[in-house]
Amino acid sequence: MIAHADTIPKQRHPLIAFLLRWLLTTNHKEIGTLYLCLAFLLFFIGGAMAMVVRLELFQPGLQFTQPDFYNQMVTLHGLIMVFGAVMPAFVGLANWLVPLMIGAPDMALPRLNNFSFWILPFAFILLLSSMFMEGGAPNFGWTFYAPLSTTYGPPSTDYFILGVHLMGVSSVLGAINVMVTILNMRAPGMTLFRMPLFVWTWLITAFLLIMAMPVLAGAVTMMLTDRHFGTSFFEASGGGDPVLFQHVFWFFGHPEVYIMILPGFGIASQIIPTFARKKLFGYHSMVIATIAIALLSFIVWGHHMFAAGMPLAAELFFMYATMLIAVPTGVKVFNWVATMWRGSMTFETPMLFAVGFVIMFTIGGFSGLMLALVPADFQYHDTFFVVAHFHYVLYPGAIFGTMAAVYYWLPKWSGRMYDERLGKIHFWTATIAVNLTFFPMHFSGLAGMPRRIVDYSIAFADFNMLSSIGAGLLGLTQILFLYIVVKALTSGEKVTDAQVWEGAEGLEWTLPSPAPLHSFETPPVIEPDDAHAAADRA
Amino acid sequence: MSKSTNSKRRHVAVLLLVAAGMFGFAFALVPLYEIFCEITGINGRTSGEAVSAAPMAEVSDREVTIQFAAQVNRGMPWEFRPTENQMRVRLGEVNRTEYYARNRASGRVTGQAVPSVAPSAAAPYLHKVECFCFTQQHLQADADIDMPVLFYVDPELPEDIGTLSLSYTMFRVPETEVVLSEPVTDSHADHEGHYQP
Amino acid sequence: MTRNGIRRVIATFGQLCSIVLVIFGYSQAAVAQVFDMREGVTEISQRVQNLHHISLGVCVVVGIVVFGAMFYTMYAHRRSKHPVPAKFHESTPVEIIWTIIPTLILIGMAVPATTALIDIEDNSDPDITVLVTASQWKWHYQYVEADIGFFSNLATPQDAINNLIEKEETYILDVDNPLVIPTNQKVRFLMTSGDVIHSWWVPDFAVKQDAVPGFINEAWTRVDVPGVYRGQCTELCGMNHAYMPVVVEVLPEEEFDAWIEDQRVAAALAGEQAVADRSRTWTMDELMPIGEQVYIAQCATCHLPDGAGQGIRYPALAASEIVNGPVEGHIDRVMNGVADTEMQAWAPQLSDRDIAAVITYERNSFGNATGDIVQPLTVFESR
Repeated sequence: MIAHADTIPKQRHPLIAFLLRWLLTTNHKEIGTLYLCLAFLLFFIGGAMAMVVRLELFQPGLQFTQPDFYNQMVTLHGLIMVFGAVMPAFVGLANWLVPLMIGAPDMALPRLNNFSFWILPFAFILLLSSMFMEGGAPNFGWTFYAPLSTTYGPPSTDYFILGVHLMGVSSVLGAINVMVTILNMRAPGMTLFRMPLFVWTWLITAFLLIMAMPVLAGAVTMMLTDRHFGTSFFEASGGGDPVLFQHVFWFFGHPEVYIMILPGFGIASQIIPTFARKKLFGYHSMVIATIAIALLSFIVWGHHMFAAGMPLAAELFFMYATMLIAVPTGVKVFNWVATMWRGSMTFETPMLFAVGFVIMFTIGGFSGLMLALVPADFQYHDTFFVVAHFHYVLYPGAIFGTMAAVYYWLPKWSGRMYDERLGKIHFWTATIAVNLTFFPMHFSGLAGMPRRIVDYSIAFADFNMLSSIGAGLLGLTQILFLYIVVKALTSGEKVTDAQVWEGAEGLEWTLPSPAPLHSFETPPVIEPDDAHAAADRA
Repeated sequence: MSKSTNSKRRHVAVLLLVAAGMFGFAFALVPLYEIFCEITGINGRTSGEAVSAAPMAEVSDREVTIQFAAQVNRGMPWEFRPTENQMRVRLGEVNRTEYYARNRASGRVTGQAVPSVAPSAAAPYLHKVECFCFTQQHLQADADIDMPVLFYVDPELPEDIGTLSLSYTMFRVPETEVVLSEPVTDSHADHEGHYQP
Repeated sequence: MTRNGIRRVIATFGQLCSIVLVIFGYSQAAVAQVFDMREGVTEISQRVQNLHHISLGVCVVVGIVVFGAMFYTMYAHRRSKHPVPAKFHESTPVEIIWTIIPTLILIGMAVPATTALIDIEDNSDPDITVLVTASQWKWHYQYVEADIGFFSNLATPQDAINNLIEKEETYILDVDNPLVIPTNQKVRFLMTSGDVIHSWWVPDFAVKQDAVPGFINEAWTRVDVPGVYRGQCTELCGMNHAYMPVVVEVLPEEEFDAWIEDQRVAAALAGEQAVADRSRTWTMDELMPIGEQVYIAQCATCHLPDGAGQGIRYPALAASEIVNGPVEGHIDRVMNGVADTEMQAWAPQLSDRDIAAVITYERNSFGNATGDIVQPLTVFESR
């Protein structure tokens, strides 16, 4: 197959050769690694911004930042975590795992794969460079509501728009690649309903990306023309409507929420059966539930806008539709519990993170259900209750999911084992820190603290102090995670077995550890029982 | 191999089309939303078109209160207010009120008034025979003007609505978008009689 | 364990929890207030709190069942206790059961939510209508029937924000002119904005509604208990989003009528004062301290107390071309603001005297030394 890395002449300077190798690589494993490294770097940058925010909120009053800089930090933290950390991390995992799991030699479109990765560093350089521009970085929140972001946005807003366009192109191309790979490159015998759940969730995620990201691109394009070319999509003065922006944004934004969680569902569905030593319960209903969640995600966007001035009928529609999402989500949680039920469980680090994912994601799901009730939403909306809700969904969902995946597949990727004791310490400190950071936010929100404020009433001081202490601890656990990964890669115990985890099923575990750069060049043949989804009796 | 390559190409083409279609869909949301709002009145926007006065035969005995409000948007150097705060009107009857505007700035400023009605469900039933919001308004330095609104409330107005609020926000029109089709008001102009139906 | 034993354990656990909380500085009675949604002072807010309790209760019960099952299985089905895993991995009846039961629970929750929502959205037949106009970073209240209007600005001193003086109980929740409404009357709010989107929220009324430029939204409340109720802007609206409190004072009906009368008298007096102000010539010494006060209250958050500004969006006043240029240009800038920026028109907000004073102050501070004295009469003529 295509392997640029091998065709580079040998006589180049080693550094240049090294750079060219990574710049030009079309290998899915190397590109996966690049995605994961970029995501981790941006995770640290976005996390540092969260530290600034929590430092300022440690006490009431202005301590460390000016309000405008604080707003920039809030905005960039959101944008970088969503578009820079979570999404690239999941694309990185897809690159590494999808070909291995379906028995394909590589992604379907390797050069496009390289291109969609290398767009990202430029997108984020554009976005981050806005911090050093006159007028400062975008300061209107990651939701960039008009007219704060259009008429009143800082000059750097245009760089932000271009950055979002580039991220969008990268995501859509990446999603097309994943989808085409899954649809065309499966090994003989790997029918759709024999695919591992991670592949299924990514297939659906890719569909959501292709449907949602172009809408975001449309929204920022309208912003751009409103700002510079005299249109008034979102300007009331020219016959537009600022609320229309919110409709367009959340039409993208709600599927985006599921883009950031579905691969996490897939990861949990791979890991829990392995360590329960028991097949995933209800494989088909898991797939159907995922599809149901994805489809419902297109008709619930209005629940972000209940306070924006919505007629009763629309409020009722969006409330019922949103509550309905609890049903397939509940089915997934019940299936995970049933998978564990009467298994034979051990709790290595990946399993700990997967179980932590299920429990804390469910807590976020509960507060999501509460938020769906419109009368109560008038009290929760745009308060720290919402901040608590989506961090409970995203941190244990997307971040714990990704970390579980890294612990689980790292031995396969690198041929080296992480330090189990440190991994467990990581899990427990991270769990304590997540809850210490985000649980008190429920109460400060209920007590009346709006989100995105630089300063707050002294009534909220205790909860905020707890949150800030938790956030500091959470920041430290990331350094521990970095240390664990580096230690594993450099001096971790060598793994020789193909089957790293007893009880793990799936094609990736038939490959030697570390997985060779080129794998499955001859497609494996899947007998019904080899595949993960032996449930398929047809 | 070639079969699979063809299939890949077809999939890529279809997915790119879907992505392009969704990009277009974002723009299609704009007119869709407008049509939706026009039919249901959900954003409180009234029709930008003048209607002819309703036949007097349709005047009903039912009375409602209509309240008037005004705001100026950022950067608009005008004083702008209703001349009366509220009135009782009979449904179907053409009524008249005036808004007062004065330019504080030292040069010509053009404004565009944007109407909004609460409750939004009443918006489709508020018909304007004549309104200063249909066109741009131009005021020279220190000029002022009384701007009439002629309107009637549709007798079909839902029973549960007893109070309507009509609010105008005056936006400054950027010089590049000013349309000068009529003489600029430069002194206290009186449109009395000018707008009589 | 006997039933009594269980009770004793629960009681002991409860006591332990309360002790921990008291140590944290909360009295036992305050615990509910600290961790619960506010009950508020309207029928709607109490229904909303009740809905919160219902949904929270459902979540807690479901959580106990699901997490209980998880923790039980993690304990009982560890490899050390349960070495041979079971083989089952599919059951259609079970899937159907745990699809139907949550659906029924959800329907049960949707019913009270729907009825409450229908009542919340019933804005008809108000006794009083207040037009609430938001702008960066203040509220303007206009009583439509009584034809009274005023701005409501943050009253917390900048020194408290900068931690130079102690913070009061109402830190950043204090305004110069609160909205005043009567008890037992249906007050309808019309929300709109003069710049970006804001959101008006009073938790004790369970009223939260966005203020959107060019559009009006509706909300209503009926408060039974007189008192002062505080909230904040809840939609990110720029730099000073945190400093945009909502304060509502609810007066008994008779007192409210008297208050309206007072406002009329005050407006008349202010008119007379303005006439007096512009009919005489003011000295620099008179205007400078007033100007400094106005500057600190209104201008310093953006342009900073020393006039140094904050980059291009909040330009420096020290050595500024406008401030050191012709007086007319400076007056125009302050009175009318700048389109598409945070610089707002102060003409509707400040008196002739205050505008004259603040311009005089700016032209003779921060190293600017034009020596100009701007008279209230000049400002009046520019209106």
